[in-house]
Amino acid sequence: MNRNKTFKNIPDFKLSPTVDKVGVEERVARFQTRSIKNESKVQGLKLVLNMIDLTTLEGKDTPGKVRQLCYKAQHLHDLQEGLPTVAAICVYPTMVAEAKKALGNSGIKVASVSTAFPSGQSTMEIKLLDTKFAVDNGADEIDMVISRGKFLSGDYNFVFDEIAAIKEACGKARLKVIFETGELASLDQVRRASDIAMYAGADFIKTSTGKIQPAATMQVTYTMLCAIKDFYRKTGVKVGMKPAGGISSSKLALHNLVMVKETLGNEWLNNEWFRFGASSLANDVLMQLVKQETGHYQSADYFSID
Amino acid sequence: MSKHKHKKTEAFDFNGGWDYSPSPESTGHVKLKERYDLYIDGEFVAPNSGKYFQTTNPATEKVLAEVAHADESDVDKAVKAARKAYENVWSKLSAKERGKYIYRIARLMQEKARELAVVETLDAGKTIRESRDVDVPLACNHFFYYAGWADKLEYAFPNRNVSALGVTGQIIPWNFPLLMAAWKIAPALAAGNTVVLKPAETTPLTAMLLAEIIHESGLPAGVVNILTGYGDTGAAIVNHPDINKIAFTGSTNVGKIIQKAVAGTGKKLTLELGGKSANIIFEDAPIDQAVEGIVNGIFFNQGHVCCAGSRLFVQESVADEVIQKLKDRLDTLYVGDPLDKNTDIGAINSKEQLETIRKYIKIGKDEGASMYESSCELPKKGYFVRPTLFTDVAQSSRIAQEEIFGPVLTIQTFRTIDEVIQKANNSPYGLAAGVWTDKGSRIFNMTSKLRAGVIWANTYNKFDPTSPFGGYKESGFGREGGLQGLGAYLKIER
Amino acid sequence: MSRLEILKTYKIFIGGQFPRTESGRYYTPLDKKGQPLANMCLSSRKDFRNAVVAARKAFGSWSEKTAFNRGQILYRIAEMLEGRKTQFVEELVKQGSTEAKAKQEVELAIDRCVYYAGWCDKYQQVFSSVNPVASSHFNFSALEPMGVVGIIAPQTNGLIGLVSTILPVIAGGNTCIVLASENLPLCAITFAEVLATSDLTAGVVNILTGTEKELVEQFHSHMDVNAVIYAGGNKEHALAIETGADCNVKRVFVYANDFTKATDENPYYITDLQELKTTWHPIENVGGATSNY
Repeated sequence: MNRNKTFKNIPDFKLSPTVDKVGVEERVARFQTRSIKNESKVQGLKLVLNMIDLTTLEGKDTPGKVRQLCYKAQHLHDLQEGLPTVAAICVYPTMVAEAKKALGNSGIKVASVSTAFPSGQSTMEIKLLDTKFAVDNGADEIDMVISRGKFLSGDYNFVFDEIAAIKEACGKARLKVIFETGELASLDQVRRASDIAMYAGADFIKTSTGKIQPAATMQVTYTMLCAIKDFYRKTGVKVGMKPAGGISSSKLALHNLVMVKETLGNEWLNNEWFRFGASSLANDVLMQLVKQETGHYQSADYFSID
Repeated sequence: MSKHKHKKTEAFDFNGGWDYSPSPESTGHVKLKERYDLYIDGEFVAPNSGKYFQTTNPATEKVLAEVAHADESDVDKAVKAARKAYENVWSKLSAKERGKYIYRIARLMQEKARELAVVETLDAGKTIRESRDVDVPLACNHFFYYAGWADKLEYAFPNRNVSALGVTGQIIPWNFPLLMAAWKIAPALAAGNTVVLKPAETTPLTAMLLAEIIHESGLPAGVVNILTGYGDTGAAIVNHPDINKIAFTGSTNVGKIIQKAVAGTGKKLTLELGGKSANIIFEDAPIDQAVEGIVNGIFFNQGHVCCAGSRLFVQESVADEVIQKLKDRLDTLYVGDPLDKNTDIGAINSKEQLETIRKYIKIGKDEGASMYESSCELPKKGYFVRPTLFTDVAQSSRIAQEEIFGPVLTIQTFRTIDEVIQKANNSPYGLAAGVWTDKGSRIFNMTSKLRAGVIWANTYNKFDPTSPFGGYKESGFGREGGLQGLGAYLKIER
Repeated sequence: MSRLEILKTYKIFIGGQFPRTESGRYYTPLDKKGQPLANMCLSSRKDFRNAVVAARKAFGSWSEKTAFNRGQILYRIAEMLEGRKTQFVEELVKQGSTEAKAKQEVELAIDRCVYYAGWCDKYQQVFSSVNPVASSHFNFSALEPMGVVGIIAPQTNGLIGLVSTILPVIAGGNTCIVLASENLPLCAITFAEVLATSDLTAGVVNILTGTEKELVEQFHSHMDVNAVIYAGGNKEHALAIETGADCNVKRVFVYANDFTKATDENPYYITDLQELKTTWHPIENVGGATSNY
């Protein structure tokens, strides 16, 4: 479901809609008062599991580590029946081949970060090579970072062109565009970055690399969801959303689902259009699911760490 | 599993799929009595007439309890108790001690916050989310705020001697029953007055719980007296010769009757009356937040809010976008069981009010305005109305001029700033207004030109004990809240 | 050969102009010896209506003048009054005052103008507030004029009563329609001449002469009058105003004092005719309390 549509009327990104942060905080607080109980909670938690991009992005990653993670992705908690798998594994380009092999025909996607992740401080040439390498190794999805320096200095054309070029290099792989919202400082900038990325060809927009705090706050995610909504109304093109970094509890994940449901509706409530970039979220969700079934609070000792 | 039925809108599908299971607030900890008496002179006593009336849950139409109907003789008894308490006890107490009693009431209310919230929801039909997160905490905070003023009154009015007025008579509405009781009682006590208060006939229960709390606090007998009843009870308070001050919150019609009734009596008077407040959206506004502000402005508390942003003005260049977003948002609102924690819009307070709202919806249709209502299913029992929008509304439409006091929004478009200021001010009311724009200089221009007592810029329906509230023109006079709210309860020597 | 004195014609003051009453009627108040003082306009309800129209029209520009500018104009009124001191003293004497008392009243009136001129840009600071709300909002309350104010001036003390009821009203940015003392009206029209030459926006103060009895109903029943000050001293008239004010929820203030004492001037006479407006705006909290600044 990647797209290759280009737009005739590109808006002036200096004129992106403004965002009132206090208003966003109030809206987010309303999502957080939603009470998710019983059946709704179980269904929601399974949905969350199925939306996870299980992630390892460390300097010390090895093929062995990646293989373990890939096993976990397919066997989240074998003691529990009826669990879905995660949506994807998210790794560095050098680990794509290993992950692809380990996941086989499980249906779990392999996502690769690229464009000199996480800083994005490199030449265009290297970023394109980085991307092509991952795609050639079988990556189904590419998670690129934008050039925050260029963005903050107001060079929106540069950012737009860079995204468009990477999109072209992606071929059939779906492109996720990471803003590193913790470096953009304001929700107005988050909104502007969203508009640029979507018009430049992003299939997904993504909050953060996970390396910078704050990362996927609900305020930021909400702002991006609103941008996706406006974009869909204007162009008829759907764009996915991936909050990444900082979502480690079931409760927060469920509140994210509430936010998606009430902003974009049910058509976005699946892993084709919504993902969580997370490493430790899965186990918390599993513990909650077991608790829902048994009625007993769980210990982390009984859930595998990979 | 979806208990809420929404239809798919043009672009976004808010129906079905993953949905919230019912999540009702438990009522197990709430023990309502079968019958509530009058609280006079520190005791719960039967009304002289022996008459009681029923109060019902508007969401289920079930009777909750029986409540005493106070008549003139009960009012007289309460006023005498309040006078005696004022002369013998309350006015002799040091200001510090007075303040400590008010603090104690505030704390006890906080301890019983959950019970108060549930009973408020049962009796008034408002959602548990609002009674829990808005009404009850604000009511507690109001007592906290004014408690601290009791021994600091000399700082409030520069170079003047201030003193208590004596006995105050207070009549409150059904839209925020406990909160309005707090708005009235807290400053009255802080200023050193004693109180005779009448809650609205459809929502008497939290006032009676407050009476129990006040009783538990050990406040001297007669300082606060709470009498349930109908309009005749209120009239007996207004007309009682030994009352020094009347504070009324309610409709403009009744407010005018009271203004006439107290003429020439020397009673001090404050009136907090109706409104038809404008909420104005400029093209450069943060649109998504403005849409939330519109929703919060008109659908908060089922639109039973005197300062509701019931007249929406949208700049023509963004009107389509704003209205579209508003419609989408309407379809994500849950209407239903007020006790469910996920309900956004609860029950209309009474059958009578439901009929009023329906009447206006019919008027709107007859006037040729285009109506849009959310597609949600309404509960079979109880008094409910879907959130409703009217477009193609003229300034001269009745639905754009008269206070509906329900979840009904009229939408007009405008082109220039002069036009919208003129239209916004073109009303006998002047309670509140909202302005949404990203441009600072325009905000200040608008906020100074709009003739209303409360202006929300890039926000709406915010309340705080420190923030004075009250209207211009036919929305009443006097302020409640803040330092200025004290003035209504003090004799300020010239 | 003695010169024939030119007698002054007393007209009314509406919208900065000095028309005769549209009714063409007049009345003749008498001095203490029973001699006619002058032929005064017996204003009608139509004069009142015209005055309200003028006052409403002037409200926008007067209330939007800077406070400093209003102060300048009020001080100018004091200057002009000082310049016409002799005339006012003469009129007061004619109306039955002693020379000494008349002088005292005029001087008090001048000083009172200066007093309220000074308040024009100060009362806002004294009576406004920034309110520490428990949410991320900036919240402040400030005073604004109520609008068009009807004033029935004291029957006694034709000058000081008039000045003391008008000045705080206009200092606060309101405009007004004033009914002068029925029996001591001379100074009122001369004061209007002072106002007309003091850079005061036309229509800010409109002065009528005539009888309370005839006009009192207009004061409380006119739907475009926002507030009424009654200082006429007649209990029946005060009650009529309070009773009739409900038609548009008018604010009513009954003043019983004679305005001759030092305590008869204070900023509370200004704030009586002020509305309190509270404004909220979100405060974006980027960085927030945890950041180091």
